[in-house]
Amino acid sequence: MTHRDLRGKTAIVGVGHFGLGQAPGYTDMELLVRAAHRAVQDAGLTMRDIDGIATSSTAASMWVMSAIETLGLRPTYIDGTCLGGSSFMSYILAAAHALESGQCNAVLVCYGSAQRTAAVGRAAVTEARKSLDPQPYEAPYHPLSPLSSYALAARRHMHQYGTTREQLAEVAVAARLWAQRNPEAQERAPLSIDDVLGARPVSDPLTVRDCCLVTDGAGAFVMVRADRARDLPNRPVHVLGSASAVWNRQISCMEDLTVTAARESGQRAFEMAGCTPADIDVVGLYDAFTINTILFLEDLGFCAKGEGGRFVGGGGIAPGGRLPVNTNGGGLSCVHPGMYGVFLVIEAVRQLRGQAGDRQVAGARLALAHGNGGTLSSQSTVILGTAETV
Amino acid sequence: MSSSAAEGRGNMSGAERQYFDALAQGQFNIQCCGQCRRHVFHPREICPHCGADALGWVRPSGRGTVYSYTTVRRKPGSGGDYNVSLIDLEEGVRMMACVVGRDPHGVAIGMAVQARIESGDGAARVVFEEVRP
Repeated sequence: MTHRDLRGKTAIVGVGHFGLGQAPGYTDMELLVRAAHRAVQDAGLTMRDIDGIATSSTAASMWVMSAIETLGLRPTYIDGTCLGGSSFMSYILAAAHALESGQCNAVLVCYGSAQRTAAVGRAAVTEARKSLDPQPYEAPYHPLSPLSSYALAARRHMHQYGTTREQLAEVAVAARLWAQRNPEAQERAPLSIDDVLGARPVSDPLTVRDCCLVTDGAGAFVMVRADRARDLPNRPVHVLGSASAVWNRQISCMEDLTVTAARESGQRAFEMAGCTPADIDVVGLYDAFTINTILFLEDLGFCAKGEGGRFVGGGGIAPGGRLPVNTNGGGLSCVHPGMYGVFLVIEAVRQLRGQAGDRQVAGARLALAHGNGGTLSSQSTVILGTAETV
Repeated sequence: MSSSAAEGRGNMSGAERQYFDALAQGQFNIQCCGQCRRHVFHPREICPHCGADALGWVRPSGRGTVYSYTTVRRKPGSGGDYNVSLIDLEEGVRMMACVVGRDPHGVAIGMAVQARIESGDGAARVVFEEVRP
């Protein structure tokens, strides 16, 4: 069997989220359980049907064990890999293998974080990580983590390809315009290019409006084999292709700051899915910072290297533009609870089910969701399709 | 170079400790692989290019070029804005460092810089200064 044989053999049949924005009084795990419960219900299953789980946390290294205990599962398939924000895409290919081999029958992918309102805040987690996961070759220079790493990539892209500050701002403005069509998005006030440029500079060339939100939130989805998906209540969203790639952890070890491992993950995912970027109807790119969207449009092949800035210019990825990107409002305007990848999968599923309301991309059949983790470190791509694309 | 450089070191410490111990003594070292001859930074136990257990210490020229940079904004009362750069050393390795001794807003990609060791309140670290033509 090759990985291409897995094309279309599994499907996402349930999605759910909980506590987007602020969820005071909830723990990370409680948020996760609420989202998981909704996703399993949405799938037309019960928690007793779940025999596979995939989850991770930015704070707890043995998180998946706690999740199994709290949910009361006895899984035959367990994935606790942490690739940062792209973890939740990276689980999909491994889960497809496990489902197809019969190791398990229903995999729950889930995440929850109360980072915005938790008693142990982000600052404390960041401080603890300095001793638990030291970065002795970067920490002495006090880069803002992870922001300064993305600022370094943005600066290099501007230098090498003439990408402008305004083009970076276009990414944030497009995300906001989509968010205004999504009642669940957390930031929906008008935002102009001038607002982004004039916002507080944090790590040049990026301002605070080039950065994702800091919110609470939880999300989950359920995968089963395609034959079983046909008997469940929702239109199945099939997994056509997926791949992950990691080339480095620290930004100082990235060979070319304008080329990410998304080039590799995207190529492998498209090969498996048997389609090209031109076939994709709706795109989700992990926009922790505005430069991400530009880099991933290029590396995934939606435009040539160096053309990303011009591609997003003039409302290119906003509603009515040439390509619908981050239709939920993205990490920049919808939600971003530490690791955001699971929400990209949820939005792709809603678009392919035709349940995206005012932001629905008409006739969407193929969706791409791309996750990023660390400091442009991990890249995971997934291509999803409706039943007719299988 | 022996088949196992580590064996030859007896009970000496790992590469990270050796690097920072040397730095504290005023010596900035990087590694070079005896097998594939490529330079390596950050310090490691085996060569990330060819996998050989053949890394030895060498003293770089300290000459480098700014590959990219960012100005981290900080309140004047807390020390003001500062530079964080990625520096490409002449030997072909890259490292994060600060360009110091000038207005951080004037750092530019391609700027020629020279390494020096800064030993202030904290641990010793490598910083760079602009080489003025």
